[in-house]
Amino acid sequence: MKNTLKALLAAGGVAALSIGTATTPAHAQGKTITLCWAAWDPANALVELSKDFTAKTGIGMKFEFVPWPNYADRFLNELNSRGSLCDLIIGDSQWIGGAAENGQYVKLNDFFKKEGISMDDYMPATVVGYSQWPKNTPNYWALPAMGDAVGWTYRKDWFARPEVQKDFKAKYGRDLAAPKTLDELRDIAQFFQGRDIDGKKVYGASIYTERGSEGITMGVSNYLYDYGFKYQDPNKPYAMDGFVNSPGAVKGLEAYKELYKCCTPPGASNSYMSEGLDAFKSGQVALQMNFFAFFPGLYKDPNVGGDKIGFFSNPAATTQATQLGGQGISVVSYSKNQGEALQYIKWFSGGDVQKKWWALGGYSCAKSVLNDPSFPDSAPFAKEFLKSMGMVVDFWAEPSYAQLLQAEQKRVHDYVVADKGTAQEALDSLVKDWKAIFKEEGKKF
Amino acid sequence: MNDLSVSSQIAYQAARMQPRVVRRIRGLSDKALAWLFITPTIVLLLAINIFPLIWTIYLSFTNYRANRPNVPMRWMGIDWYQSILTDPDIWSAMQVTAHFVLWTVVIETVLGFGLAFLIDKKFRGHGAWTTIILLPMMLSPAVVGNFWTFLYQPQIGLFNYVVAFCTGSAASSFQMLGDVRLSPWAIVIVDAWMWTPYVMLICLAGLRSIPDYIYEAAEVDRASKWRQFWSITLPMALPFIMLAVLFRGIENFKMFDMVNLLTGGGPGSTTEVASITLKRAAFESWRTGYSSAFAIILFVTVFGLANIYVKALNRVKSR
Repeated sequence: MKNTLKALLAAGGVAALSIGTATTPAHAQGKTITLCWAAWDPANALVELSKDFTAKTGIGMKFEFVPWPNYADRFLNELNSRGSLCDLIIGDSQWIGGAAENGQYVKLNDFFKKEGISMDDYMPATVVGYSQWPKNTPNYWALPAMGDAVGWTYRKDWFARPEVQKDFKAKYGRDLAAPKTLDELRDIAQFFQGRDIDGKKVYGASIYTERGSEGITMGVSNYLYDYGFKYQDPNKPYAMDGFVNSPGAVKGLEAYKELYKCCTPPGASNSYMSEGLDAFKSGQVALQMNFFAFFPGLYKDPNVGGDKIGFFSNPAATTQATQLGGQGISVVSYSKNQGEALQYIKWFSGGDVQKKWWALGGYSCAKSVLNDPSFPDSAPFAKEFLKSMGMVVDFWAEPSYAQLLQAEQKRVHDYVVADKGTAQEALDSLVKDWKAIFKEEGKKF
Repeated sequence: MNDLSVSSQIAYQAARMQPRVVRRIRGLSDKALAWLFITPTIVLLLAINIFPLIWTIYLSFTNYRANRPNVPMRWMGIDWYQSILTDPDIWSAMQVTAHFVLWTVVIETVLGFGLAFLIDKKFRGHGAWTTIILLPMMLSPAVVGNFWTFLYQPQIGLFNYVVAFCTGSAASSFQMLGDVRLSPWAIVIVDAWMWTPYVMLICLAGLRSIPDYIYEAAEVDRASKWRQFWSITLPMALPFIMLAVLFRGIENFKMFDMVNLLTGGGPGSTTEVASITLKRAAFESWRTGYSSAFAIILFVTVFGLANIYVKALNRVKSR
């Protein structure tokens, strides 16, 4: 009986192995790595792109994609619990300080040197934003993977209507076009608010107001930066008085509140990326603030895409800047497949791969792609993306970024959405909160 | 050796073993036997309840952060307790929690008792009505949260249409979840909708426990219906009502899921109950030591209040 059982097991094993070999050769070799990221359009593009990596190296790829609302919770828990689920992680730019200091990411300097990967080949803003910790020092913890920034979409088809054009000109004395300044943007949003388009009531703009994670901070930053807000004194780190709560920053916060109050759809008090997409795709709003990563998908949308959609980068006020999004790709230090994960990074940094990445819907950070003369015309949003990546500013990437973020979420939401206090009070309180957090961290200022 | 002989051998061994085990158990005293039975439960209780509690108390005196295992743990003494108890934002969260607990408990108790009183009367189809009324509490809070988020939607939500129809105002003229004045009430309404049936069930058990002969005696004494209600029904159902208040009070003090799904604590911090603040400190800011101290404060508050209440409940029961 034992012999019969052995024979059966052996036969079963051979059959299982042969089936495995026929479908996924890499699995048979036992080389499969897991890449963790958010579940969105660019992630699907990455799955497509990574097939070339498997074909070239025989290393299988598994993907762990988590929807944005749970993305940070899920993967920060994974990193903090020293889990080995992810071999590679495309983590948010703010995580880099904490992940570096807590030993969660593998430092890539030696690897880059050995493989001839140079950070000079990537857009400077993306290197600072996604790779470096401490910032502006040559310490690299990730390869810039997905360049992103906040931009705007507008209903080009509505803008082009003669009767709409006529009304707008009569009211504001200029042609209706993509705004160049934040004041123009407010005028346009106000113009469309409550307007009747094809028998349907439409609204001005969808902007970020979400309270729970990072939404309203990512939205309001685009106004604060434009009016002169700075995170700290450029000459004295962590000195925030007069920078975070400068008169300009106060004006920026007031302007964001004005836009929220005058020109957003009813019930938009807790909106972030997906709510913005819903509002735009369902034809509710004329303007939408959102990350560039969503624009390829919107352009393909049969109802609002193609000729109906236009794109513009964040308009100016006293200066012009925009909020950085995007992520770098890192090797998790708890991974048991670091060698294979590094192979993936090496492969991903290749010029042809970066070109294909952009073609598939991912946003390459490589200069070879972005500085190519044909790049601005390669997609309807490419020119605005390039312009945006030249003026991005990022939130604190300190290890305590989550606490800093929560403080801003609270102060800003309290003022903008809940009408609590004044803009000056909100920013003064924010400075107080941030000082307390940095004090607890042992920072001197 | 064939299969049959193997199984016979196992059966033989089992037969030999059994008397030995029985003999051993027979030799145990009652006390030892009791310990034998309750030890696994005690071990489980220690592992999943007592140890985490003691560990949390310990962490509440340190600067530990779950996301920074490399940073040496520092003893903080009662610093976190001091800073929590003097933090205006924490007191604001406690006020929001108290407001939420008070109104949900009052509304659920009044409605729950009222429904139980009505359902207790035998009428045609009362069984079906009971089932229908109980449906909301059988749903998952996640489903209820999402369901009501849509109902409250100012443009397409049914709730706004119903209110607009009744008041003559425009459906999109008010935002239940986005307005600082309305959002706390939006949560109270959902909680009352979901958990009133639970209070009703407990009250119904109380009403059904009142013997009929007491009412018959009251009828003989020509007591009015109001008098019967005031002198028999309410006092005899009171311990059950108080029990329902206790359960809902404790549950709502800890309320997280519904608030998180409906408003996430917003707009601003209008609906930020204590559990939301705690979650943010523990799992978003990763201040493990600080949030442990906050959790202990909340635990002691609930435990203290519940104890006072149970004493009052016992006094009512003993009357």
